[in-house]
Amino acid sequence: MSTDSVSIAFAGSGGAGVLTAGNVLLEAAASAGWYAYLSRSAGPQIRGGESVTLLRVSRNRVESHDDDFRLLLAIDWRNFERFVAELPLSGDSLLIGDAEAGPLPECLAAYAARYCELPLKRIAKGMSQGRPNMVALGVLAAAIGIPCDKVTEALAHTLRDKGQAAMDAGAACVTAGMECARELPLIKLPAAPAPRAHGERLLITGNEATGLGAVRGGVRFVSAYPITPATEILEWLAPSVDRLGGTLVQAEDELASVNQAIGASFGGTPSLTATSGPGLALMLESIGLAVAAEVPIVVVDVMRGGPSTGIPTKSEQADLGMALYGLHGDAPHLVLAPLSVADCLFTTQWAVHLAEALQTPAIVLSDQSLGQSRAVIERPADLAFIGRRQTLEDIGERYARYAVTTSGVSPMAIPGMPGGQYTAEGLEHSEAGTPSGSAADHAAQLQKRRRKLTDFDYGTHWAEIEGEATTAVITWGSTTGPVREALNRRAVAGWATRMVAMRLLAPARPDAMRQALDGVERVLIVEQCEGGQFHHYLRAHYDLPAEVRTLCKPGPLPIRPQEVYTRIEDWH
Amino acid sequence: MDNGIANPALSARDYKSSVKPVWCPGCGDFSVLSAITKTFAELQLDPAQVAVISGIGCSSRIPAYLNTYGFHGVHGRALPLGVGLKVARPDLTVLVTGGDGDGFSIGGNHFLHACRRNVDITYLVMDNQVYGMTKGQASPTTAPDWALSKLTPEGPGINPFYPLVIALASGANFIARASSSDPNGTARMLVDAIRHPGFSFIQVLSPCVTFQPEQREWKKLVHPAPVEATSDPAKAARRLMTDDNLFVGVLYQGTRKPFQPCLEADLEHAAELDEAFAI
Amino acid sequence: MNAPSVESLTVAELLAHSLAIEAEAEERYAMLAEQMEVHNNEAVAALFRRLAEIEGKHVAKVRTMPGGDSIPHIAPWNLHWAGQTSPEAPEFGEAHYLMTPHHALELALQGECYAAEFFSEVAASASDETVRRMAQELAQEEREHVALIEQWLARYPKPEAGWAEDPDPPNQA
Repeated sequence: MSTDSVSIAFAGSGGAGVLTAGNVLLEAAASAGWYAYLSRSAGPQIRGGESVTLLRVSRNRVESHDDDFRLLLAIDWRNFERFVAELPLSGDSLLIGDAEAGPLPECLAAYAARYCELPLKRIAKGMSQGRPNMVALGVLAAAIGIPCDKVTEALAHTLRDKGQAAMDAGAACVTAGMECARELPLIKLPAAPAPRAHGERLLITGNEATGLGAVRGGVRFVSAYPITPATEILEWLAPSVDRLGGTLVQAEDELASVNQAIGASFGGTPSLTATSGPGLALMLESIGLAVAAEVPIVVVDVMRGGPSTGIPTKSEQADLGMALYGLHGDAPHLVLAPLSVADCLFTTQWAVHLAEALQTPAIVLSDQSLGQSRAVIERPADLAFIGRRQTLEDIGERYARYAVTTSGVSPMAIPGMPGGQYTAEGLEHSEAGTPSGSAADHAAQLQKRRRKLTDFDYGTHWAEIEGEATTAVITWGSTTGPVREALNRRAVAGWATRMVAMRLLAPARPDAMRQALDGVERVLIVEQCEGGQFHHYLRAHYDLPAEVRTLCKPGPLPIRPQEVYTRIEDWH
Repeated sequence: MDNGIANPALSARDYKSSVKPVWCPGCGDFSVLSAITKTFAELQLDPAQVAVISGIGCSSRIPAYLNTYGFHGVHGRALPLGVGLKVARPDLTVLVTGGDGDGFSIGGNHFLHACRRNVDITYLVMDNQVYGMTKGQASPTTAPDWALSKLTPEGPGINPFYPLVIALASGANFIARASSSDPNGTARMLVDAIRHPGFSFIQVLSPCVTFQPEQREWKKLVHPAPVEATSDPAKAARRLMTDDNLFVGVLYQGTRKPFQPCLEADLEHAAELDEAFAI
Repeated sequence: MNAPSVESLTVAELLAHSLAIEAEAEERYAMLAEQMEVHNNEAVAALFRRLAEIEGKHVAKVRTMPGGDSIPHIAPWNLHWAGQTSPEAPEFGEAHYLMTPHHALELALQGECYAAEFFSEVAASASDETVRRMAQELAQEEREHVALIEQWLARYPKPEAGWAEDPDPPNQA
């Protein structure tokens, strides 16, 4: 367990408001200088369900949850068993319940942790417009030592649309809560880092960061069909892309949304759609069209538990196989994955750039744990790679849209360019774009479409590589967070480990991986997928050392740093 | 241009590509192709400002035969391709074409929603009541007792889809039926459809001489619509109650405002959007 | 401008009709020639190509007639045969991939007859003297074409029944 951070959980049901209060605490901690990471778990009810907000506050950048929680506060215990597995506690944890909420549930008794009852509801009742969640907010802030003024500032920001009376009532509850927490044992947060100037850091969810990366990359057309847990990307983009002179269209289904994006991109506008596993499955046929017709688009899949409807509100890395191999025919395309909440911005922007430069679809595999978590991140620099596609400049004698060039990328005419008329073609075609069933045309076009991806210089962005050692951990996407944390702990314990966290999954870069694994004698493969899709992918495309271990675990439970640590504890 | 101007700059043949159609000789789609090139010539459209979008099927091959921009997409998805293109590029003339299987079966949902959305595009369906490319299976507009397919040897046994009824009910802004036996009349309707704001739908009866040879008789059976086009959906609906599926003419010309978001920016740099998240 | 009635045709409008007749026939024969090429019916393809060339010459000829350099454009649906296909152009629906030169010439003969009929009708009913005279000349020309094609047709006897039989099933595309 980390000593640089404190993890707390805040549970309640029936409109208790634990998410709102948790977000206020997050914002207060962030503005006081800490780093923080917040996620939420909820029952299936649209309103009034039981939910728990999980918050980690730290001196350093945090990208995932810790092994266990130091503090659990529950306004009530209704259906609490639902969360037990997601909420590891220990004998050192402090449990706080409301005096009126009944006894501590049996599922928690085993921890033999210290349990305190506080009169949250009674205090709230005694105040004008008092609410137990606001009293609890004060308790939590006091328990971990977040300054009162930062909490009231954040509260005022959150309640700004509700009027002064609500803000005052909230602030009074917070003060009362802080007062009531005096008797509690203090769980000391490590000292806040030096204060930072406003604007140096962002407080953002992965889904919002994905949207920001998209528009920074130049996306100006977005097609949308709502699906959990991707909808927030689209909701954020709707007004944002509009302000930038683009538009978002809500389509009738995912078949339409992917084709709208392809149509808009054919017209020259960088385009994106976002979905989750079931939606991506529907889009695959048309993503193949974008491969064949060489039309750039970006499709973000915010992965959730599957197959079928699966577990819509929880994370899993199990769409990798579909994203890599789901297209019919021999259809090279790009598959990328953000490695953290912050990296959602970078990877999406890079995906737009690559799709545009290579005139091909890019699938970005984010997931629920990134998309719906909110974190403090460093404000990213204005990155240089704005999406640019090579468009037709000189028609020449006769324009051949699918000309076989050295790079494999053929200059693209955009409707409106005189003399550039061609038909974007999903049938196999000649260089001119005329349908063709000839073996020679098929081979030439297949090779060109593959070559443009394999010969491109992706630089060092294909993976994050850290540490020099003979032991390595290979992972991808969101599991990078716990892996990095585990390896930092190993470093503190005196054991060096190499980390290879893959951001670019297709096309495979076997040479780059060979270099990354130079001198490595054993690897652990970490993924949040029961079937080991990532493990099999690595086996198929890369040379791995003889000694390979795996940590392939399904969602919805996140992979904890300690699990990674334990799996290679004997590897020195 | 309607009439009277000598020597227009572009003639119908300027809109044809050098690709030779693979349709069966006798197919109604040749006539539709001819009507399309005449239409573009009548409107004197710049071929570089026109995009013809299609899905899959015999008739969906049409973009390759034209000297405009084109997109030959996947089966059933031509309308969303066209909608996305037009919304992002309102300066273009977008014509979506295809057949009855592509448009009313696999693409049926997009047809409903394209009518509803009312983007300013024209959708021309060459209806021959059969899947020709896969060797003659029943389509959504095939008669229930058509028993010539091995797939449904006793006929599909289900009621046909009524494209005009669905278009009217779903909110299309211009609805017409044409016959490939009259390429000039088809061209006239297509000119009106392209000019009419919003989503315009034309069903063209276009015989399949290979799998529905009796459709050769359509040219004798079609007849002009008995009444003028209306802008009243209720009148149009009443007229469809007595439709024999063989009248030719414009049924409905609505006044609904087309869907077209404004594409003007009020922010210069995307990075300015960071500010909302700054702490 | 509405569809001109035959009675009130002007010289310029007559030329526009004449040009439309020949141009449409040329385009149609060219398309039919392509269709036959694509379907490997070389003999009929060659025949249609030849007919297209002839019609092309007729187009050129109309343009050299007095007033031929400033023929007004009339929308296809406003031509006298509005709603019909142009008289000389064979209908697309009449084509068949196994058709023989006999069938092709029958189509051409029918087209020339319709064209002759059209001009004869104009010659009989136009109110303008010059229009009547010109239409008579044009009708005469079309009748010459009819005679020519009849001679041609005599060389290609009617094929036996079963000419359209194909032992193979259709292909899937």
